[in-house]
Amino acid sequence: MSDASQELQSEVAGLIASALNLDIRPDEIKADAPLYGEGLGLDSIDILEVALVVSKRFGFQLRSDNPDNGQIFTSLASLTRHIAAHRTK
Amino acid sequence: MSTLPLIAHRRLDAVMAWRGNTPVSVRQFLGDVDQLAGLLPPGRHVLNLCGDRYRFAVALMAGIVSGRVSLLPSSQTLESLRQMQRYAPEVFCITDRDDGGDGLPVLRYPESLPEALADPVIPQIDRDQVIAQIFTSGSTGQPVPHLKRWGNMVRGVQAGAQRLGVGPGHAIVGTVPPQHMYGLEFTVLLPLQSGAALSAGHPFYPADICATLADLPRPRMLVTTPYHLRVLLAEPAEIPAVDLLLSATAPLSQNLAVAAEARLAAPLFEIYGSTETGQLASRRTTAGATWQTLPDIRLRGAGEAVWAEGERIEAPTRLSDVIEPVDPEARQLLLHGRHADLVNIAGKRSSLGYLDFQLNAVPGVQDGVFLLPREDDGDHPENVRRLTALVVAPGLTPTALMQALRERIDPIFLPRPLLFVDALPRNATGKLPRQATQALLASLRASSTDTIRS
Repeated sequence: MSDASQELQSEVAGLIASALNLDIRPDEIKADAPLYGEGLGLDSIDILEVALVVSKRFGFQLRSDNPDNGQIFTSLASLTRHIAAHRTK
Repeated sequence: MSTLPLIAHRRLDAVMAWRGNTPVSVRQFLGDVDQLAGLLPPGRHVLNLCGDRYRFAVALMAGIVSGRVSLLPSSQTLESLRQMQRYAPEVFCITDRDDGGDGLPVLRYPESLPEALADPVIPQIDRDQVIAQIFTSGSTGQPVPHLKRWGNMVRGVQAGAQRLGVGPGHAIVGTVPPQHMYGLEFTVLLPLQSGAALSAGHPFYPADICATLADLPRPRMLVTTPYHLRVLLAEPAEIPAVDLLLSATAPLSQNLAVAAEARLAAPLFEIYGSTETGQLASRRTTAGATWQTLPDIRLRGAGEAVWAEGERIEAPTRLSDVIEPVDPEARQLLLHGRHADLVNIAGKRSSLGYLDFQLNAVPGVQDGVFLLPREDDGDHPENVRRLTALVVAPGLTPTALMQALRERIDPIFLPRPLLFVDALPRNATGKLPRQATQALLASLRASSTDTIRS
């Protein structure tokens, strides 16, 4: 992974941890572990919170009718890839 | 036998739903209901898990015209599906999704149903027919069914439609699922029984809500919750015009109500009700904190002991909120939160008794208790605060315990954090004094976070 994408991934992990008040350090969020259910244990309320900070920070909106939608929140790595591909700032 | 029509629209070519920007006529709807009713398996109880609101409505009505009863559990965990099966062993599930209904006979909602009938007749349904059993989590670990009759449900939503001024021409978008009382009443039955049209979508992200609204003709009504409204208002992009806003499941703050009316240039109403009784009162939040009781409802009592009565309520029902009547007849009232045992997180309701039961039912848990989140000063009700659990389970890993809980309780109530302790500070009578648990919690928080992380 390039330094830039590693840096983005760390930033996204930081956003998740702070937006959700998780009792966990950002570097403890595993890149490939599921964010939903088992793994980090996020639910739909959390996903909306994360969507909110993502749209503010990166200048694009998440949509359910995006065909990749099911994949976006699979893991920190997949969310980071989606942000890298769609960010406007 | 006294009956009411399945749908209140007067003409067969009236629009009763929108799928995206495509209208669905009453004729098409009645045809779909008729066709689907012919495909239902023999069981008398239906678990309707359709995500598309139009399909949910078709499946609900197909059940009603064939004399079936919909079961609406308070969550869709594995444990609640098992509970539904214990309640009604022949229950089957109808769904348009790939997952869900584990272990139950599943009828997939057909991708296409045959052409609409040329000249369908609007079915008349007996007012006394039981159309649904809606479950609350109860306080002892067993869900409690609340029986819903056709006539009472129709009367309730008609009272709401009248209070809100909703009728033919309105297009109604919901951010709440139709599988709970609020969504069932306001996003399915209210459009069908007021001549309005429902939007089939269940928009999730703010951008989805905007896209769904933009597809619809005006006037548009948005049925939502304090939590979803806060997230929508944080949306920087322009929000399409809305003509009427409705919020329920938890009281909204004045600040958010003022912000919503200013941003969307639409009146915002709140509805107060319960799964047991349906809607009871409403308020225009920006006009003041006082709620106006609906005309067909009477409230008796005060404080923690208030009963709701009315022709559409099966039996006088004790409410789980602390209520202060403003006038002797209780036509106006103030709400002061929930009874101590009840939990409301992001609009979902449960009781500590139920959650404690489920925690202690996990093999390996010796003792455990859920604690309400701290009420921080200045916190808004729209912000989501999570529960904490203290547990004594020396043989279990945090991961294994969370996995077991996930099968038993709705994700919104999962403890965050889940704290392992050697013993709970029970007193001589086995009770857990609030002060002692809060002190234990404080000392755990003060110690290293490493020991409490799951």
